[in-house]
Amino acid sequence: MSNNLNQTIDAEDRLSLLDTLESESIHIIREVVAEFERPVLLFSGGKDSVVVLHLAAKAFFPGKVPFPVLHVDTGHNFPEVIDFRDRTVERLGLKLVVASVQDYIDRGILQERPDGTRNPLQTLPLLDAITEGKYDAVFGGARRDEDKARAKERIISLRDEFGQWDPRNQRPELWNLYNGRHLPGQHVRAFPISNWTELDIWRYIEREGIELPPLYLAHEREVYQREGMWRAVGPVSMPEPHETVETRLVRYRTVGDMSCTGAVESNAVSISDVVIEVAASTLTERGATRADDRISEAAMEDRKKEGYF
Amino acid sequence: MSTAIDSTANATLEAANGLFRFATAGSVDDGKSTLVGRLLHDSKSILVDQLESVARTSAERGFGGDAGGLDLALLTDGLRAEREQGITIDVAYRYFSTALRSFILADCPGHVQYTRNMVTGAATADAVIVLIDARNGVLEQTRRHLSVVQLLRVPNVIVAVNKIDLVDYSREVFDDVLAQLAQITKELDLQGVHAIPVSALVGDNVVERSTHTTWYEGPTLLELLETLPSVDDLQRKDDPFRLPVQYVLRPQGGLAPSVADKADELRDYRGYLGQISSGSVSVGDAVELFPGGFKTTVTGISIAERKVDTAIAPQSVAIELADQFDLARGAVIAAEGTLAEPVNNLSGELFWLDPRPLVAGQRLLLKTGTVTSQVIVSAIQGRRNLDTLAIDPAEKLEINDIGHASLRLATAIPIDDYAQNRRSGAFLLIHPQDGATLAAGIHTRQNEFAI
Repeated sequence: MSNNLNQTIDAEDRLSLLDTLESESIHIIREVVAEFERPVLLFSGGKDSVVVLHLAAKAFFPGKVPFPVLHVDTGHNFPEVIDFRDRTVERLGLKLVVASVQDYIDRGILQERPDGTRNPLQTLPLLDAITEGKYDAVFGGARRDEDKARAKERIISLRDEFGQWDPRNQRPELWNLYNGRHLPGQHVRAFPISNWTELDIWRYIEREGIELPPLYLAHEREVYQREGMWRAVGPVSMPEPHETVETRLVRYRTVGDMSCTGAVESNAVSISDVVIEVAASTLTERGATRADDRISEAAMEDRKKEGYF
Repeated sequence: MSTAIDSTANATLEAANGLFRFATAGSVDDGKSTLVGRLLHDSKSILVDQLESVARTSAERGFGGDAGGLDLALLTDGLRAEREQGITIDVAYRYFSTALRSFILADCPGHVQYTRNMVTGAATADAVIVLIDARNGVLEQTRRHLSVVQLLRVPNVIVAVNKIDLVDYSREVFDDVLAQLAQITKELDLQGVHAIPVSALVGDNVVERSTHTTWYEGPTLLELLETLPSVDDLQRKDDPFRLPVQYVLRPQGGLAPSVADKADELRDYRGYLGQISSGSVSVGDAVELFPGGFKTTVTGISIAERKVDTAIAPQSVAIELADQFDLARGAVIAAEGTLAEPVNNLSGELFWLDPRPLVAGQRLLLKTGTVTSQVIVSAIQGRRNLDTLAIDPAEKLEINDIGHASLRLATAIPIDDYAQNRRSGAFLLIHPQDGATLAAGIHTRQNEFAI
């Protein structure tokens, strides 16, 4: 390069990785709030949506987060996570909208699947909640490093009236100019932490001192082995007779349904321990802990096309 | 080819120093996905389950003939149609880090009908890797990719001369490619070009230095990526401060619960929220405002609850000013005396991305910074000939064309020259009815039309 480096800013003035990511995410959140009528944040109590909410709180400080949060409650959530969700909403003075899968099952609109997993059942209650709330932008905590289909999704991703994603017809996304224009009935999904990796998330949680549901740290739990994962014993995740229940020191890397989320054995009792553990891990978080993503190589792509996150 | 599944995450406990964004471009058969897979694999960024999945699929398809061969292209081809057809359709983003840096890789399809994806990847890139097949040398595609890189002012270009193993690691072949490149970079006035002989399939000079190319003394691909300056590294101390206002925050009545007891103090709070697009700002700095041209002083800078004395691009901040103005989204706060003259007529280089062609007289929307304005296409000056970068006369711009047009804006805006400021000299053209992104545009001064 012919540039004279003496004239550039000093190295210590440059932004760190986490500061660069934080700044980009806050910019995206502010753009969406400024350009859309009715944004909402999909909030599951999982670490990624917790980080998005934290970023939103920073983006509008000293004002409060200027949009409600929406939780698609499968009825199979860990009670600790529901408790955390309610405390967080209370602490930040937010409005919480709950779309209940159980309610849809009780009303006969959705049927329980033979395999017992309710993850695929979330799509309809989610789309109905978006329509009822007239939400035109839905924030999510998806990251591109999670999955090969997510790696190809835009930060501002247009969905048609059926909530469908068309991967072959995405708008090009250029510079930091986001195009959120949409027709009535369409909405966008907005992914402010698209460019963060799992390790970035944990380092940021550590740096910012962000509170998480206790499941993310190592704790003793009754578990049994299934498909190479430790499953928690619970009302919707009972072991088969041949499966042996034991008490193990485990933690969760992702927080989904009790019926399909596996725990990993871990001694990480603090966030710093988790950072060290994640940095040394040899399995991706979805591969390690999500039974539903193992079904086929294109499992996530298929669910996204149908309107899932 | 290594067959052992023994890779471990290479993530370091110390956060890497900074972020480096790069894009890859190449023609269909240049082996781009394989190069990306190789870079991820050899930098130990592939986790065990991802590698197992690749190994399984490779075996099912009998990749490479020998048992245990890995088709590394499978690591990046994310969509079902891509895996089935063995091609890359859309930009895929990949993330990996070494002890020195964290990387965001935009893997861009090189096929001509998907040029828009390359523009997408290159627009924010600190470097672009252009692949060349050593057997074919520089093709029309290569020239096209290098032209896009030049027009988008990407500061670093790495030309990976791939499949060097298939020409017996011939120095003559590599030198031939260098000579062709030297000619093009001279014609295009392209700066910061580095060429490396590599084999993505075998791994020569990607992460590991090759023992087959002893005549090559330069860095490996990864070494270059770890050391080239990013756009933010190249920021200069005297770059003029710019903050496009995204949102004006007046939280009265809607205070965050953590500051609910400070209602009195915050009664008159007015924060201008935005991401600094260039330069730096300090408390006490004299600034001017658009619209209106008012002059005032910065009295506060904060990043959420943290008050700071100085902030730099690309930080997202809240700025407080000494005087109250009726500013809204779309306003610009700039270092006093540096704001670009607001223009009603704008000349732009357009990368046309939509199947519907651009013709003079069309009414469109233009988005730059935080402003969206109506525009009328006054004239099309012509289309770039990507062999020469000269502008040939044209009546319209078709998909994947790059050309020049003049646009008349409904409201004057202080848009910068792209060559001076990548963030505040860029714009989108948007379809006013269906909202499609029609073009990526960069603002160029009139006298730069003829290259």
